[in-house]
Amino acid sequence: MIRTEEMKLNFGPHHPSTHGVYRAVFTLEGEYITHCVNHLGYLHRGIEKLAESKTYNQFIPYNGRLDYVSGMMNEAAYVQAVEELMGISDQIPERAQYIRVIMSELQRIASHLVFYASMALDMAGSTPWFYGFRDRDRILDLFEMAAGNRMMPNYMRIGGVAADLNEEFLPTLRKLLDDMPKCIEEYNGILTGNEIFQARTIGVAPLSGEKALNYGMSGPSARASGIDYDLRRDEPYGIYDRFKFNVPVTQNGDTFDRYLVRLLEIEESVRILEQAYRDLSEGPVMAKVPKVIKPPAGEIFYRIEHSKGHFGFHIVSDGSNKPYRLRIYSPCFVNVAPFEEMAVGLHMQDAIATFASLDIILGEIDR
Amino acid sequence: MDIFIVWVEIFRHWLTVATGIPILAEIIVKAALTLGVIIFVLLNLIVLVWLERKLSAFFQMRRGPNRLGPAGFFQFPVDIVKMLGKEDIVPANADRPVFLIASICAFLTAIMAWAVIPLGRGLILEDLSIGIFYFIAIGSTGTIAFIMAGFSSNNKYALLGGMRAAAQMISYEIPMVFSLLGVIMITGSLTLSKIVEGQKSIWFIIPQILAFLCYFISSIAETNRGPFDMTEGEQELVGGYFLEYSGIRYALFMVAEYTHLVAVSAIAALVFLGGWNAPFGLTFIPGFIWMMLKIYFMIFLFMWVRWTFPRIRIDHLMHFGWKVLIPVSLINIVLTGIGIFVFRAITG
Repeated sequence: MIRTEEMKLNFGPHHPSTHGVYRAVFTLEGEYITHCVNHLGYLHRGIEKLAESKTYNQFIPYNGRLDYVSGMMNEAAYVQAVEELMGISDQIPERAQYIRVIMSELQRIASHLVFYASMALDMAGSTPWFYGFRDRDRILDLFEMAAGNRMMPNYMRIGGVAADLNEEFLPTLRKLLDDMPKCIEEYNGILTGNEIFQARTIGVAPLSGEKALNYGMSGPSARASGIDYDLRRDEPYGIYDRFKFNVPVTQNGDTFDRYLVRLLEIEESVRILEQAYRDLSEGPVMAKVPKVIKPPAGEIFYRIEHSKGHFGFHIVSDGSNKPYRLRIYSPCFVNVAPFEEMAVGLHMQDAIATFASLDIILGEIDR
Repeated sequence: MDIFIVWVEIFRHWLTVATGIPILAEIIVKAALTLGVIIFVLLNLIVLVWLERKLSAFFQMRRGPNRLGPAGFFQFPVDIVKMLGKEDIVPANADRPVFLIASICAFLTAIMAWAVIPLGRGLILEDLSIGIFYFIAIGSTGTIAFIMAGFSSNNKYALLGGMRAAAQMISYEIPMVFSLLGVIMITGSLTLSKIVEGQKSIWFIIPQILAFLCYFISSIAETNRGPFDMTEGEQELVGGYFLEYSGIRYALFMVAEYTHLVAVSAIAALVFLGGWNAPFGLTFIPGFIWMMLKIYFMIFLFMWVRWTFPRIRIDHLMHFGWKVLIPVSLINIVLTGIGIFVFRAITG
């Protein structure tokens, strides 16, 4: 007797395009998904709990292990949160502030390049992958010059940055900024304008702005759905109010828009970097902070516009040298949630492209 | 290049004299020639895998293999040795006999197509009067091997890969055959050597450019290469139908894929690019060399496409096959028919 039945397919945790150890259970009818369940937690390392047994300075290196493609930004968010808690955020030297912006924007470009590369790879375009990683590598070289480490820099300090830029850094940065517009042209040439790529992304898995808000999405994934909100512009932290830049917003919320917003953001980051490069002045890079950081008792929630969305730290201090509780608000965790709903009705190939377009880093989701 | 044929004749003559039985001599000669073709195909493979790695590296700003031999040329033979040393794993609940013969089937069908492919004037194992038909028929049986592999592996990803293989290869066979029909109409023969002889004055790519494009696209789908490598589907199906294969059985699938690639390139060179006919009167270069150059030009095109485009979606692929390629190749047949009619009316 011939009968048809739905097939349950275990997608991940060890699957080439789950960006780590994400796992979903698809119910398939043919190759179309009728039901999808997210499973998280395969990369849980208890970083939040670890923070309670580390002093404030000792926790800085752990930030690189959260979203491991944007370590600099995680650190910037953490140190700024602690500075805010201590009430010394107005004492940070100018130069340190600018260096933080330069590092953050470089990291944003690097993170978006990883997105670009892995999105292309998830559609079997392995050539764009190398274009993305070629330029990301130059950014990592810059990090290596400044911090000594490429992916887990441990560069930001409470009160400034660990060390001043060396003399090679700025000329290398200048060269990178000069090359960037041409590189972006190459990215667009090899992937954005590709007929197959557009056929596979335009109109696929659209997410309305309302839904994106209800899920609490933020960052480029939300801006693709028309949510015009960027913390750098709307709630400026650090010295972001000094820079002129646009916030790219698209309205359709489909896979292509989520891709496009990130590419446009690279251009805007280059603009910010140009201004920061121009205005960077000489001076100290570290404020006078006590050797042992002991923030006054109290709590703070501080968030920044991370490459993935709103990335925040909720720190509760009891006045000792270790945080009483440190909670990490993860944009990826929020952004992966709507995938369950978006995947329904999609072809398996499209589901993977859609998943890639959400730009998930599992290290941050599972913490 | 005629020296090959002379050698074979000398060998055949010597055997006939030595054994005294002409039939036996004939069998031995055929066996030796078959072995020769297989060795030629496998040697081609070494060049091909090396070329693919080097070309993809070139497209992707990498260096590619560069350790073993000149420019990493011996990487593939060493890889095969490595594959031979791997454990041959059969999944616990797999359909064991089907699983085991599937990879051999894939390899055999790919090799068998070479029986009718000439590499020069007279350089052919068996100049069948239905050469092209035989090639297409053998190519179709290759699909069965992929479905066997997909269904016997007891793996959901492999099953999906097998399903895709069935859908894709069957629907792309049709435009491939239709695109070859125009040439067959012009020459009035299915014999590959006659088709090549018919291109002495003009290569069929010029009157049959539409057919050539159709053939090129559908043969990418036939050989399961990117952007139509749906059956493999690394990103969504992990490895497709050969997901559960390991060691030399996996290598056999790869070998089959590349052998098939050379075969379709050779057919394209023979049918559309004039085979061993030299262009621009450059006849001092032997026809065999021209044939190889044309085959490798086609292979370069296949690789170029593969390393440039992302993968298309399977339903787009089916739409493209049924709604674009088949109508276009049918139109080509009609146009060819009209052309032949007009040509005959003019020349009488």
